Amino acid sequence: MEAVAVERGYSPARRAGSVGARWLDDVREDAFARFEELGFPTAKLEAWRFTGIQPIVSTPWAPAEATARPAVAPWGRGPRLVFVNGSLSRELSSPAPDGIRAMGLAEALAAEPALVEAHLTRLAPHRHNAFAALNTASFQDAACVFVSPGAAVAAPLTLVLVSAADGELTASHPRVLIVAGERSQASIVQVFEGSDRYFTNAVTEIEVGPGASLEHTLLQRESEPACHVHFLAGRVARSGRLVSNNVSLGGSLARTDISAVLAGEGAEAALNGLFLGRGAQHLDNHTTIDHAMPHTSSRELYKGIMDGASRGVFHGTILVRPDAQKTDAIQTNKNLLLSRHALVNSTPALQIFADDVKCKHGSTTGQLDEAALFYMRARGIGQSEARALLTRAFAADVADRIAATEVRAEIDREIGERLGGATGDAS
Amino acid sequence: MNPLLEIKHLHASVGGKEILSGVDLTIAPGEVHAVMGPNGSGKSTLAYVLAGRPGYEVTRGEILFRGRDLLAMSPEERAREGVFLAFQYPVEIPGVSNIYFLKAAVNAVRKHRGLPEYDAMEFLALVKQRAKIVEIDEELIKRPVNEGFSGGEKKRNEIFQMAMLEPVLAVLDETDSGLDIDALRIVANGVNQLRSAERSMIVVTHYQRLLNYIVPDFLHVLVDGRIVREGGKELALELEEKGYVWLEKEPPAVAAGSAAPVNGR
Repeated sequence: MEAVAVERGYSPARRAGSVGARWLDDVREDAFARFEELGFPTAKLEAWRFTGIQPIVSTPWAPAEATARPAVAPWGRGPRLVFVNGSLSRELSSPAPDGIRAMGLAEALAAEPALVEAHLTRLAPHRHNAFAALNTASFQDAACVFVSPGAAVAAPLTLVLVSAADGELTASHPRVLIVAGERSQASIVQVFEGSDRYFTNAVTEIEVGPGASLEHTLLQRESEPACHVHFLAGRVARSGRLVSNNVSLGGSLARTDISAVLAGEGAEAALNGLFLGRGAQHLDNHTTIDHAMPHTSSRELYKGIMDGASRGVFHGTILVRPDAQKTDAIQTNKNLLLSRHALVNSTPALQIFADDVKCKHGSTTGQLDEAALFYMRARGIGQSEARALLTRAFAADVADRIAATEVRAEIDREIGERLGGATGDAS
Repeated sequence: MNPLLEIKHLHASVGGKEILSGVDLTIAPGEVHAVMGPNGSGKSTLAYVLAGRPGYEVTRGEILFRGRDLLAMSPEERAREGVFLAFQYPVEIPGVSNIYFLKAAVNAVRKHRGLPEYDAMEFLALVKQRAKIVEIDEELIKRPVNEGFSGGEKKRNEIFQMAMLEPVLAVLDETDSGLDIDALRIVANGVNQLRSAERSMIVVTHYQRLLNYIVPDFLHVLVDGRIVREGGKELALELEEKGYVWLEKEPPAVAAGSAAPVNGR
């Protein structure tokens, strides 16, 4: 089964040829070999225990064309880089704000060969993760974003990764590299979207330099029938700070892995997540925070809101290595089930190998507070509005942590759309 | 004058257990009725049944509000029609600001009554004015609904909401519980300011103390899910002196005309 899928749908890497650098071609060859060895993951693997990937494995995806046109205008306003089926569209892109250079792979290999070679394919685990291997073997282009050392950039840069399937069943492998230079400050919004049924297999690598501060906001708003797999690997240097916001809304099957390595003393990570499921959606979020050095801290808050017969997965690992004394880590996962048929599997996993640390985790799953619902109705607020208000309130402490206002507005719209009387089991 | 509220032979159960066993109560516009009774007599159940709380099942009897079947209405419809319940235990709603909550409520009620919704300026002006009635701190109004409020602040917030929503029937469920004497005076003073010929009230309380401040027109004593004694405000003093045990021992003596006789247990 797996071998068939590899031959049938995942051969594009074979015919891709060079992407412009010998070292990269070698890595890609290696990645393809690893993908063939690893095969697609099965439910026997702990990391895939709650997420079956049959819809991905059993679909004969064709490679997506770089020349396809998106069906709708790309999300958002302001400076942005738009990639269609993994390849840069200059036509749809606009110049990045001062202090940030954003470009496609070919340009980056020419302009910043050393930076690209130091980071691209160096953070994502293509030797251990089949999807990351497949992406590494297959990507044709990459969004390369360099925040200049010392730059403080207020305006967010938006990366829009569009899948344009054009009625065919296509697979694409978007790739993103973000390097935040020493003591820089910036905000990047990364959007996945598309139309029709397709498979997006994305990898993002983020290097946060010493003393740098980066807010990275993922907005996954893939089409309803889409399959989406995304591995985001971050590394935070000494005294650096990474804020990762992960808003997961779309897709029939969506799996996001976010890992952050706190690789220098005083490094910090904040991982905020919000996933909204409905219908038969399956939304899986795996996070790993690797405290590799002393005096590192992490804060994680993930919230799931599941309606219909949707299923959510949260798996959060906090790894504290033997050297990482004085680690300070708090992980929280809270889930709200809006329907009796919705379900969330929540697994916190703390692996602590140092003895002088402060680590806390907590996980709760429940329904809307009936007492609060009645209280609102007793004041004249209709049932569906009361549900929407309470659901917004539940989402608020994650949403409020996201500095990108457009993303906050999108969350608000989504909740309104989902709960504004449209849900089946509201009454 | 047509009655505002008619409760007839009301039987109600919670979790399959009968709590109200034949309650009759008629209230005319502008009247204030006190319902007193010991713990577990069914006072709060009566309040919740009036507001339509899910899980409070009416097994027999009916309630007419302005001649219409109240029990057929959803909780929000009742509120929009002018029924207000001041909760004994106001609910904390983290993440929803009091002011947003109130604006949604007030505008839902106004829309139902065919009145234009308030804009932000008009609404804030109204908030300022009504906040004075219960001397509620405007800072509290901006905070999440009841979150971290003291017991007294929660009760004041209930009466403040009542002032905002302008109900025609207000049911005050143990509004005095948990209040010290100063807070009680402020809350009662707020309620008294809201008394009018167009607004009726049911004041549910365990203690006579509240009725020194909110003086009722009529008093009903509820024991074991039945009204066992009715009278004027002086009945409260008698109760205070003799205690509820007095009524539990004596056979029911219901004032003629206002309620049907109740069979003994």
